[in-house]
Amino acid sequence: MAVERIQKKDRMKIPRCGMPEQEPLERIRNFNEVPFGLAEAVAVLEASRCLECTKAPCVAGCPVEVDIPGFLTLVVEGDFAGAARKIKETNSLPAICGRVCPQEEQCEAVCILSKKFTPVAIGYLERFVADYERENKLTRLPEMAPSTGLKVAVVGSGPAGLTVAGDLVKLGHKVTIFEALHKPGGVLVYGIPEFRLPKKIVQSECDFLAEMGVDFKNSTVIGKSDTIDELFDMGYDAVFIGTGAGLPNFMGIPGENLIGIYSSNEYLTRSNLMRAFDFPTYDTPIIKGRNVAVLGGGNTAMDSVRTALRLGAENAYIVYRRSEAEMPARAEEIHHAQQEGVQFHMLTNPVRFIGDDSGKVTAMECITMKLGEPDDSGRRRPIPIEGSNFTLDVDLVVVAIGNSSNPLIPQTTPGLETNRWGNIVVNEESMKTSREGVYAGGDIVTGGATVILAAGAGKVAARAMHEFLMTKKEAIAPDD
Amino acid sequence: MPKVIDNIQIGPQNWKMRVYVPKLVAKASPGQFVIVRVNEEGERVPMSIAGLDRENGLLTIIYQVVGKTSALMTTVEADGEILDCVGPLGLATHVDNWGTAILVGGGIGIAPIYPIAQAWKEAGNRVITIIGARSKNILFYEDEHKAAADDLHVCTDDGSYGHHGFVSDVLKKILDSDEKVGMIMAIGPVPMMRVVANLTRPYDVPTWVSLNPLMVDGTGMCGGCRVAVGDTTKFACVDGPDFDGHQVDFDLLTKRLNAYKEQEQDAFHRFLESPSCKLSEAVKNTG
Repeated sequence: MAVERIQKKDRMKIPRCGMPEQEPLERIRNFNEVPFGLAEAVAVLEASRCLECTKAPCVAGCPVEVDIPGFLTLVVEGDFAGAARKIKETNSLPAICGRVCPQEEQCEAVCILSKKFTPVAIGYLERFVADYERENKLTRLPEMAPSTGLKVAVVGSGPAGLTVAGDLVKLGHKVTIFEALHKPGGVLVYGIPEFRLPKKIVQSECDFLAEMGVDFKNSTVIGKSDTIDELFDMGYDAVFIGTGAGLPNFMGIPGENLIGIYSSNEYLTRSNLMRAFDFPTYDTPIIKGRNVAVLGGGNTAMDSVRTALRLGAENAYIVYRRSEAEMPARAEEIHHAQQEGVQFHMLTNPVRFIGDDSGKVTAMECITMKLGEPDDSGRRRPIPIEGSNFTLDVDLVVVAIGNSSNPLIPQTTPGLETNRWGNIVVNEESMKTSREGVYAGGDIVTGGATVILAAGAGKVAARAMHEFLMTKKEAIAPDD
Repeated sequence: MPKVIDNIQIGPQNWKMRVYVPKLVAKASPGQFVIVRVNEEGERVPMSIAGLDRENGLLTIIYQVVGKTSALMTTVEADGEILDCVGPLGLATHVDNWGTAILVGGGIGIAPIYPIAQAWKEAGNRVITIIGARSKNILFYEDEHKAAADDLHVCTDDGSYGHHGFVSDVLKKILDSDEKVGMIMAIGPVPMMRVVANLTRPYDVPTWVSLNPLMVDGTGMCGGCRVAVGDTTKFACVDGPDFDGHQVDFDLLTKRLNAYKEQEQDAFHRFLESPSCKLSEAVKNTG
């Protein structure tokens, strides 16, 4: 259905839509999703703002090269499910990416409209069409290639693994996902809170993969129950390692093992995966602090501090050693945290934790920092200001300063090359590791990054794995 | 879902469950652990391996009813199922031939030292096993240990059976004798492991302990199980659970094990008082 589009000069006059969301004072008392999503009319109007520029820099700005103008046109035409399918041609996880991608640094950052006006709300629209398709049960199985008879093992069911599985199953390979935890989704389930990514959405993405024929084996720790070599012995023809974040980093300062000091992984896993926020209906307990300090400035820190508010914190602090400009979190997450009353202690670094006789943390001694010359990361290096120490009363601390790699697979896979941080070394063009038939992507390769970068790595890996598999098939049965 | 073959009470607070998990059993070694989940709302609970029947693919778990989750475990019937049994996790206990090696098991720790005794014996050690409990009715696995060890000493705190006193008394006697001991491993309540480690320090005999801190995932991801060993912090799930007892900070371990005491007691009492609670009186009385 062709719709007559409004004149381009008039499109520029349409203001960017806002996203309706729960009021801050209301939402800090529940775990429901903060944004409500766009209404149909709003979505159509917003999509019509696209100037359909020939260069489409947004596509290049997307790590998985979604045909953004293509899906926006379908939205304008009112074919929302068609728009969702258009996205799914290159991105298997639109309902998730529409919610958690840093669009302001990717597609929307390069939107031609952003030069003089505000960019098209691509993220909101991606979310809108994916939700529309799912909620109206318009999801269709994509066209599937005939079976190749080849088997692929995907280790880890986070964004990288799900993407690899989705792409390879469509190409006719038999895919099995091995997940260490009891639910699939990886960081999408244990890490990102319900108020930012409802778990039923992750579940429906996994259900969709299962419908396409992907086999999920939960509660299976590769590296322990089976090694990578044993997967090959079991008849898998290729393996993808997407095991994600590894061991949580701690500050390495005195008092860090006091009760009430969590890694963000533990705090979020207790609340999200184990649903400790609903204790005692769920059995896993969590410490609910009144004065909570979250150390770090990334998305995980924002997720943790906003979880603390919802669990009843009176004071929730972000303690970050650089300034707001250097914070790696998405602008929207910082904004949401500020709206909700999170207090930001910038240029502040803890030096020790203080506890009581029962071993519980009661306070944190901090030092004020100033910014010096840029360091290796290009950000200005924080330097402590001598004598500026002060004490902050806290009964819960969440350390959200990143992860180092998990050793379970590298330790048990001879010949798998890792770098000095223990991350798996790959060829970036193919995500191929030093082991024949073994590919890797996501945080286990890059260290802590984003959902979409992991999905992007999965895309690259899937393409290379398909090529590898078809060459292998050719060699085994050239006449087939 | 893993099938439960049987689940029987073996003492006032202790139960023994056998689970059919052939793949896990084929891979597991003594000293490793598994994580069990009983119901959808339930916790992930780490459990020591208390026996490996490789021929029949059976894993033995021995557990003590101390809270809601362990109480719920008692309600799983023979031929029933549990939601998950993940593993084997952690590193296996070191096996070598040290000549004479001593295993000390206290309370529920009597269970995991049994498969270790078998492995050490098979490696050619003269295995001396010391097991102890508060009272005779709490003891279990006496026959198993008798079969696995060269020498078995049984102690009760109240003198109702075997040696009247602590496992450490028996251990001290052996260390003071002519027996040349090359390795000691102690598993049991934290105070017992601490006493054993303090006792053996002046004798300069390597003494390992198996730690049971609180855990969530059991694969290194959460860091909840951190323990202080010497000057470093270790994750018991991937670096352990066995550590050099002479270097473990038992004070810290004790405190961290009590981190959720109030919530745990609250949950247990709510559970016991709930109308849907179908626990036997025997279990209710332990609460």
